[in-house]
Amino acid sequence: MSEVFVQLQSIYKSYWRDSLEIPVLYNINLNIAEGEFLALMGPSGSGKTTLLNLIAGIDKPSQGEVIVNGQHIDGLSENALARWRSQNIGFIFQFYNLMPVLNAFENVELPLLLTKMNKKERRQHVETALSIVGLSDRMKHYPNQLSGGQEQRVAIARAIVTDPNLILADEPTGDLDKQSEEEIMNLLSRLNGEFNKTIIMVTHDPRAAEKAHIIRHLDKGELYD
Amino acid sequence: MPLLWNYSYKNISTRKLTSSLTIFGIALVVFVFTAVLMLSNGLNQTLVDTGAEDNAIVIRRASQTEIQSIIYRSMANIIKTDPAIKIDSNGTPMVTNEILVLINLPKRSNSKFSNVPVRGVTPMSLEIRPQFKIIKGRMWRPGTSEVIAGVKAASTFKGCGMGETVHFGMRDWKIVGIFETGGSGFESELWGDVDQLMDAFGRPVFSSLTMKLKSSNQFDGLKARLENDPRLNVEVKREKEYYRDQSSSTTLFINILGIIISIIFSLGAIVGAMITMYAAVANRTVEIGTLRALGFSRTTVLFAFLTESLFISLIGGLIGLITASFLRFIEVSTTNWDTFAELAFSFRLSPRIAVQAIIFALVMGIIGGFLPAVRAARFRIINALRAK
Ligand SMILES: Nc1ncnc2c1ncn2[C@@H]1O[C@H](COP(=O)(O)OP(=O)(O)O)[C@@H](O)[C@H]1O
Ligand SMILES: [Mg+2]
Repeated sequence: MSEVFVQLQSIYKSYWRDSLEIPVLYNINLNIAEGEFLALMGPSGSGKTTLLNLIAGIDKPSQGEVIVNGQHIDGLSENALARWRSQNIGFIFQFYNLMPVLNAFENVELPLLLTKMNKKERRQHVETALSIVGLSDRMKHYPNQLSGGQEQRVAIARAIVTDPNLILADEPTGDLDKQSEEEIMNLLSRLNGEFNKTIIMVTHDPRAAEKAHIIRHLDKGELYD
Repeated sequence: MPLLWNYSYKNISTRKLTSSLTIFGIALVVFVFTAVLMLSNGLNQTLVDTGAEDNAIVIRRASQTEIQSIIYRSMANIIKTDPAIKIDSNGTPMVTNEILVLINLPKRSNSKFSNVPVRGVTPMSLEIRPQFKIIKGRMWRPGTSEVIAGVKAASTFKGCGMGETVHFGMRDWKIVGIFETGGSGFESELWGDVDQLMDAFGRPVFSSLTMKLKSSNQFDGLKARLENDPRLNVEVKREKEYYRDQSSSTTLFINILGIIISIIFSLGAIVGAMITMYAAVANRTVEIGTLRALGFSRTTVLFAFLTESLFISLIGGLIGLITASFLRFIEVSTTNWDTFAELAFSFRLSPRIAVQAIIFALVMGIIGGFLPAVRAARFRIINALRAK
């Protein structure tokens, strides 16, 4: 068995709205091994996105600890977290979240602007990432010239271009037709199997979840098998 | 810190309509601002150039302008012997006695009457004004009713063109030549034989004496001697200073008016830029959240939006400046409020004005873009990502 890569310990998370506390996650304990592919399922509003955000370091738990690759990320400053994210996390969103004014190449290049790479190195990395997702011939296309499935593949290229160990996907197929969904799921399986990426994927869709090794369920803020 | 130049630039070039509206607003303001500076600069140049560094002018004390000044022949004879006056190669002191009278003539453009200065000069007048040059026709002959017209007077007033005839002082005067003085205020005048003009106007006294000094630093001595001479009652000024003082009210007026107009316009443009940028931030909330999630800092986001605003204002500024630069070819004429004479001058661009115009545009961009950029930088990532 490989090492524990993501560790959530006694997580409690609530939001405050007008001095009213809204609990979202209760007593979450979760260990994810390196190279794992985990699907997180659950109804809307059950706290899936919130949980993903805690692991990504874009939100902090009210109580408990988040440890990723040995790093206690809940203790990091905002800027340190931003840097940590850029090096360790690849993010995939339901609605792709590409920059509409940038073409596929430029969108994928964005995370590399946070590295010390020069232009030529960036170009090589972007081309590699786009070829992995099968879009080498669409580099100059803008998001509105691509299908939903292609957009999501560009977004996946953006998520892997810095070669992070952990990929977080929030309903990556939620907005796609059946065929595109299959393409995206095959791609994620490949990233997990071939490139050994640890993947945590939120999904509603049982068919998508089948590709994962482990499925966990969230309901009303609590985690079940 | 990484900068999102490309992202900022492409947001402007992609959103052409909103960008160009804002750019147009800024361009308009910069155009007005530049035009005012050019106008004021043109006026200053015209008046400051009217006069040489080593020339001095003598008028009656407390008369302020030549038009109100009276210098008797007896006084003139005393003044002409001052040792500070340069002697030319023929052994003649370089000093001229002139009269200046305002006459009323209709303008070519709208037939409205306006004041034209008529200067009675001597041959020496031309020598001590080195920029003087006849560009058409010839000099007047002594003892005749001939005059020459400055280029601006010739183009502005009826009857003042080459070969035309103009009536004043109960005589007809023929325009036999057109002259230039390097763009200075003299170009708005008519010049004739001082004796003929004194005769025509029935005026046996001079208005002023102008002299070239042996050197510029002789001025203080000359001033002290003449102003303290009990037989005289005169004031001595450097020629340059004299003309500058003459236009101070007009220059001040143009500057104040210009500043007020520029401020009002710029408030409009700043609000316009601000609205554009607030809209940009609101429309791109999810993009901002995504950039932050990818690892870009608040500061980078702040600069991205500030850059965008600065790009817009820079483009607007350049367009405004370039458009305004064409005003160089336009000539304006206005009443000089200090002398009530009509004065023609041009819009004049200088490197300094160009720099000021661009800085002005950038300042508008910073002010208009700052608050929206701060707003963009302040979003919490999770809230920005949830925005729809
Ligand atoms: N930033 C926030 N402020 C207030 N409430 C929030 C915020 N984010 C999420 N919530 C609430 O937390 C709950 C869980 O949200 P979320 O994690 O997005 O659920 P899911 O992704 O499973 O649909 C919801 O009730 C939602 O309204
Ligand atoms: Mg969600």
